Amino acid sequence: MTARSERRQTGAGGGNGKNGRGEALLAIRDLRVWFELRRFGFGHAGYVRAVDGVSFDLAYGETIAIVGESGCGKSSLMKTILGINRPTKGDVVFEKRRLNDLGGREMQWYRTQVGYVQQDPYGALPPFMNVSRILQEPLIIAGVRSEKERLRRLHKVLEEVKMSPVEEFLPKFPHMLSGGQQQRVVIARAMVMEPKLLVADEPVSMLDASVRVEILRLLRGLQASHNLAVIYITHDLSTVRYFSERIMVMYAGQMVEQGKVNDLLGSPKHPYTRALIEATSDPDAANAATFRDVPPGEPPSLVKPPAGCRFHPRCPHQIENLCDQEVSPDFEVAPQHLVACWLYR
Amino acid sequence: MPDEILLRIEKLLLHFRTGKGIVQAVDGVDFTLDYNEAVVIIGESGCGKTSMARAILRLLPRNVHAHTGKVILTGANVMQLPEEDFRQKIRWARMAMVPQAAMNALNPVLRVGDQVAEPTMFHQGASKAVALERARQMFQLVGVPDDFINRYAFELSGGMRQRVALAMALVTTPDLIILDEPTSALDVLTQANIMNQLKRIKQSMGMSFILITHDIATSSELADRVAVMYAGQIVEVGDAFRFFREPLHPYSYKLMASVPRLRETKDPEFITGQPPSLINPPTGCRFAARCHRHFVRCAEEPPTFKVEGRLVKCWLYE
Repeated sequence: MTARSERRQTGAGGGNGKNGRGEALLAIRDLRVWFELRRFGFGHAGYVRAVDGVSFDLAYGETIAIVGESGCGKSSLMKTILGINRPTKGDVVFEKRRLNDLGGREMQWYRTQVGYVQQDPYGALPPFMNVSRILQEPLIIAGVRSEKERLRRLHKVLEEVKMSPVEEFLPKFPHMLSGGQQQRVVIARAMVMEPKLLVADEPVSMLDASVRVEILRLLRGLQASHNLAVIYITHDLSTVRYFSERIMVMYAGQMVEQGKVNDLLGSPKHPYTRALIEATSDPDAANAATFRDVPPGEPPSLVKPPAGCRFHPRCPHQIENLCDQEVSPDFEVAPQHLVACWLYR
Repeated sequence: MPDEILLRIEKLLLHFRTGKGIVQAVDGVDFTLDYNEAVVIIGESGCGKTSMARAILRLLPRNVHAHTGKVILTGANVMQLPEEDFRQKIRWARMAMVPQAAMNALNPVLRVGDQVAEPTMFHQGASKAVALERARQMFQLVGVPDDFINRYAFELSGGMRQRVALAMALVTTPDLIILDEPTSALDVLTQANIMNQLKRIKQSMGMSFILITHDIATSSELADRVAVMYAGQIVEVGDAFRFFREPLHPYSYKLMASVPRLRETKDPEFITGQPPSLINPPTGCRFAARCHRHFVRCAEEPPTFKVEGRLVKCWLYE
């Protein structure tokens, strides 16, 4: 219990002094998102602790990558930030307003401030709407009555995502577009309300290698020209460097390490982060001659997570009677580089 | 007389009939595979990689327009075998496949142990007890705990299910296993663990692999040789060592340049444009429209040139 409260303080403290760019656009404070498990539809059978005590700050125009494997809680975290899930405990604070306190009207305002780029563009676009309709939809909901105005904004945003000539794309339906073009439409839809924050959930993982880079560059361009804050969610460490300033690594619902991209990739501290880096290949024929030194096993169940550090059952460096009993607080190993691991006490 | 080469594919062609016309999914592919060798086939989605695997194993849908060429396995052309013989003697017994998303294709109402035992019972006539014992050995080989043998697929994680699918392909000790995107749906650590396992299996069992993937970085974990596919054709084949250093074909070059790398700070590039439709592919070189080095010759279809033991389908190497 002490470890938990300490975690909250260090997490928050590390977050506040962090970015030197003035106030935070988004502040996440000890966020917990638990889903209740029910037996036969009513009996309580425990909780899935998808997000369990995560804190970080994001300044205006800043980019952060959230890295972790499937089931580590990154999607639940994202959905909570988007206002789709409600926090079980803790706060999501956007421009000093707690998300939990927002009423219907304000929530509608909030949704214009936050754009969402989905992972699978084909699944995210309604098949029965053409590009023009898809992009007008958010404007209609936001009450932009004049069609002329809507079309003006639509042209602007399509040019920004480099889908020109615009007129040619407007009548097309999603199935008539390539994967890369579909993803551009998804990005355009997220940008059409001119949000301050963009949440991109694995925006390139469904695309081919040759298109991936094009989309990442586009996002980077938009980020710079609009001074957008971006949360880039991914499991692929190799794309992170091209895109964000900071990384947060998550494991089993908790933050294990966060820092500036170059610090974290250059000298990873947490055994889990090191394993992730070790497991990521670069194309090189020499790879075939060696084995990768990665821990065996799989992430734990989030219903009954292991006591202490959640990585300890797989960790090659675990300290007996400590790692398996107490949760490590966040240690600041270098300025703005936080690690939740007892090795750095 | 047994051939020194395990598998030789000549002019393999697979065309599909669709409402819009004939799709030339695989269009005249040649390549060879040695004993205990792993060839990776890389290319973007829709380039015909999976269709090629299916053409080799004759796992064809109904709308096949043409399926011709030679698939010579240890000296015998198996394309000429009647379907029933092929099914009993070749497919799974000598050439097995782990299809894409195999982990989601396990039978939900059978225990995974029984599923892995089945091929031995069918192809080698083993009794159930023997087959289950064999399944147990395979589970050990691919890293599935022993007691999982009585579980059902839904009780296993994605990584474990993928291992079970791999065990199913291994259980008959075929000469060749075709792996279609074996790790692309898995997490990075699981992916690295499975690639380690595959390397071990290749060393200990001496079988050959064809690994089909669009994940170039991971493919280098297993590759002895690399074949690059573009729009239904193989445009380059070469040993992995030289390929990853210095690809020859402009498409391979661009493809390699588009791979983000963790240990380098250079920005990756992208390939402008899109692959051509396989319904009416352009005459001449199919990559010409997107190629940064195209010239007059590219209007004609390039033959395959040999450059220091590597094969490349590009006029630059004439």
